[in-house]
Amino acid sequence: MSWWQKAASETQVTHRQRVWLYILATIIMFLLVIPTVIVIPMSFSESQYLEFPPREWSLRWYHEYLNTPRWVNATITSFKVATLTMLVATPFGTMAAYGLFVSGGRMSKMLFFTLMTPMIVPVILIAIGTFYVFGRIGLVNSIFGLVMAHTVLSVPIVMIIVTSALRTYDLNQERVAQSLGSTRIRAFFEITLPQLKFSIVTAALLAFLTSFDEVIISIFLSGGGNSTLTKQMFSALRDYIDPTIAAISTLMILLSTGLMLSLQILGGRGAR
Amino acid sequence: MASPEINKIEHLNADKLLAAERHENLTIFALSLPALIAVLVVIVIPVGWLFSLSFLDSSGQLSLVNYQKMIEYKSYARVFKTTFNVSILTTLLCILIGYPLAYFLSQIPRRYVGFFMLTVLLPFWTSLLVRTYAWLVMLQRNGLINNFAIDLGLWDTPLKLAHNLNGTLIGMVHIMLPFLILPLYAAMRRIDPHALQAAANLGATPVQAFWQIFVPLSLPGVVAGSLIVFVLCLGFYVTPAVLGGGRVILVSMQITAILEDQFNWGAASALGVVLLVLTFAALFLASRFLKLDEVMFGKR
Amino acid sequence: MTSNASASLTISVTELTKKYGRVFALNAVSIDVRAGEFLTLLGPSGSGKTTLLMAIAGFNRPDSGRICFADEDITVLPPHKRGVGMVFQNYALFPHMSVFENVAFPLKLRKISAEEKHHRVMEALKTVQLSGYAERGIDQLSGGQRQRVALARAFVFGPKILLMDEPLSALDKKLREEMQIELKQLHRQLGVTTVYVTHDQREALTMSDRIAVINEGELAQIGTPREIYNRPANQFVASFIGESSFIPLHRNDSGQLVHESVAVLPVPNEETGKEWSLVIRPERLLLEKPKAKRTNGKIFFDGVITELVYQGETAIVMIELGNGKIVTSRANTRAGDDVDSLELGQKVSVSIDKNDAIVIPGGTK
Repeated sequence: MSWWQKAASETQVTHRQRVWLYILATIIMFLLVIPTVIVIPMSFSESQYLEFPPREWSLRWYHEYLNTPRWVNATITSFKVATLTMLVATPFGTMAAYGLFVSGGRMSKMLFFTLMTPMIVPVILIAIGTFYVFGRIGLVNSIFGLVMAHTVLSVPIVMIIVTSALRTYDLNQERVAQSLGSTRIRAFFEITLPQLKFSIVTAALLAFLTSFDEVIISIFLSGGGNSTLTKQMFSALRDYIDPTIAAISTLMILLSTGLMLSLQILGGRGAR
Repeated sequence: MASPEINKIEHLNADKLLAAERHENLTIFALSLPALIAVLVVIVIPVGWLFSLSFLDSSGQLSLVNYQKMIEYKSYARVFKTTFNVSILTTLLCILIGYPLAYFLSQIPRRYVGFFMLTVLLPFWTSLLVRTYAWLVMLQRNGLINNFAIDLGLWDTPLKLAHNLNGTLIGMVHIMLPFLILPLYAAMRRIDPHALQAAANLGATPVQAFWQIFVPLSLPGVVAGSLIVFVLCLGFYVTPAVLGGGRVILVSMQITAILEDQFNWGAASALGVVLLVLTFAALFLASRFLKLDEVMFGKR
Repeated sequence: MTSNASASLTISVTELTKKYGRVFALNAVSIDVRAGEFLTLLGPSGSGKTTLLMAIAGFNRPDSGRICFADEDITVLPPHKRGVGMVFQNYALFPHMSVFENVAFPLKLRKISAEEKHHRVMEALKTVQLSGYAERGIDQLSGGQRQRVALARAFVFGPKILLMDEPLSALDKKLREEMQIELKQLHRQLGVTTVYVTHDQREALTMSDRIAVINEGELAQIGTPREIYNRPANQFVASFIGESSFIPLHRNDSGQLVHESVAVLPVPNEETGKEWSLVIRPERLLLEKPKAKRTNGKIFFDGVITELVYQGETAIVMIELGNGKIVTSRANTRAGDDVDSLELGQKVSVSIDKNDAIVIPGGTK
């Protein structure tokens, strides 16, 4: 019996009968991936017009990117903001997730939902609201204001990841450590934290990416010398198709996939 | 009435224990305080401020003029209609495209899922601005799609794909698809394979088993994914702003337009308030059908 | 680890109360645990036995009441200052540490010198028969070995009280029975006051010096295994520990307990209730030979066999009495006992020695 005559489902449908599904799924997967990676080859084109496949390969647009102070400054700002957001959102979110998880009453459920509102409230509202309020206290165009807003967007993500890690974690370990003479804080740092390490690193990287990729709040809250990369890209996109953006996009894709893939590989090894 | 002596024994140490309990609760509450303060500063105060601004007219007097305008002016109605239509269409297209892929992923052996799932995760991780840009490039008059289609003989002259509703929908569906597929896949994996075996055992053909057992059991996943997609679409900004080319105006774009052109905070705030109310209404409606915390935060 | 009974403490729990909403998890429970004693808290799930254990350990804060170790009130003392060794149901070993590091953890906290620490960890591992396992990772151990590591970790720092929450429930039956004996020996060796929680009545009978039966947040009975089994204080204890059949008894005016107008036993104490129950353990209810002599020291019942279950070394015989009550007898399957000749529907007589008859107040449900 060849492979594709074997049963593929509980209802004994063979692979041959499922070929249509495999073809359809392949097409959909292509449609998902191609638009995501297509700018990579295009970014190496010599032409002013983005072509695929490029007729002549060159690093012209990468040179353009690196030699335009506007882009370089924006990149530095984005890295600064994203790093700071990561450094603030990760402890904030982890502390909140842990506290609300161990107390676990009705009150903590309410607080949990409150901290999740940034995922529900349309970002445009947060953007114009903070623009209005921060404008009055001089936080617009400042790194601090942007980091604060991005922190609030990232905290729910950190909390979701840490909470789900805590759910598979046995809190009795912390209790046993206490019975053996450890204070609660020490038990958290010596017993719980090392076992949540992977999840917290994941959460931190996602916080970084959330900030780095964020557009709308950045459009409103960043500006002048503190414009983020996404703000610069967005304004460039509205005017004309600048091929430099293809180069920048390629670098951003490499950054995010690189980070996430390394996490997946790390996670796969950790699970073993 | 119990005598004081008995009363004392009944509540032995009760005061001390209550104090200890309170102290512990307070400590644990303090752990979430930094995050709560941040939410207060970034969400509660700004959104509250917008809320109050929406009830002020241009001279700063208390009035409902901003909401009246929304009812009177046809342009507002059009924006809401477009937003609603685009959100519904995007959600439906996502279900249509996402369901087969989620089904495929749920049917293959688990050890292969990781690889194929990358095709969903890769776009999910990539900045939406980057993906929007890619679509903008591909949908040009002489872009990849038009060239490819003409080469294949699908159409003769380049179609106008970007800077209109088509482009907006294509881009939005691509960006929203992972939000539908991931919860849907999880729901499908939770379906007990024995249910399908039982159906077959009771005489159902594979097609009948699929439609009468599998599809109904996967519905919670469909509803969950659609809800996420729909709610995200309601407030969507970047992709329609870039791919719509000014022809597709959604609520969020109207808000920024009012601010940029008229600097009218009252009108923009009122629109924002309505958008927020619509979002919560959608979530509230959905919460009557399913457990919201499971949907939004992946609780199990 | 040398035997040192004087190093153990008494635990005295007074009027301990804990409510979850309107339900009492513990309702004014008072228990005194003697120094060096092995006391088991036995009860069905949700009875409050674990709540009580966790309150002693400091992980569950009661609403009111007092817990003392010796004379010291520790009711509000945080768990890390109580100095009790604790073994959890799922062991709660630290998976990111080796066996050695797990057992050394409490010693590290007490800033014990490296040499002394090494010595004591090795001693503890030897006591639980895991001498060669110090450098293993936790995931390389079997269930029984993990159990032993958890034990070693709990006693290595010389606690004066040891608490265990269903520590054997995750093991399979054979291993569980071996570990019961080992735990008992370890307790004898360490001489430490031990409070042990289980829902398994056989485990409780096997291991304990005394058993405290907990039901619905209240102490149902406390006593030695023999007392609990032979003299259950109430219907719950009688049915929860061992198997029992109940036969309703009525008190007549002359202070005799009567079954179907035959006086069978005197009322055991001054209680005045009218309704009583006779508790019959199946192994003490004997099948009588036809026309056996009805001696004075026994109580006889006549009935019809409604069920026969062959179980190897014994057989279960269920007999319906005249009043519709069903009693169970566990009969030996030796050749002389003629169990093989019994048939469903057969009329038989059964008897119980008056010394084996247990009488408890309250009617039979």
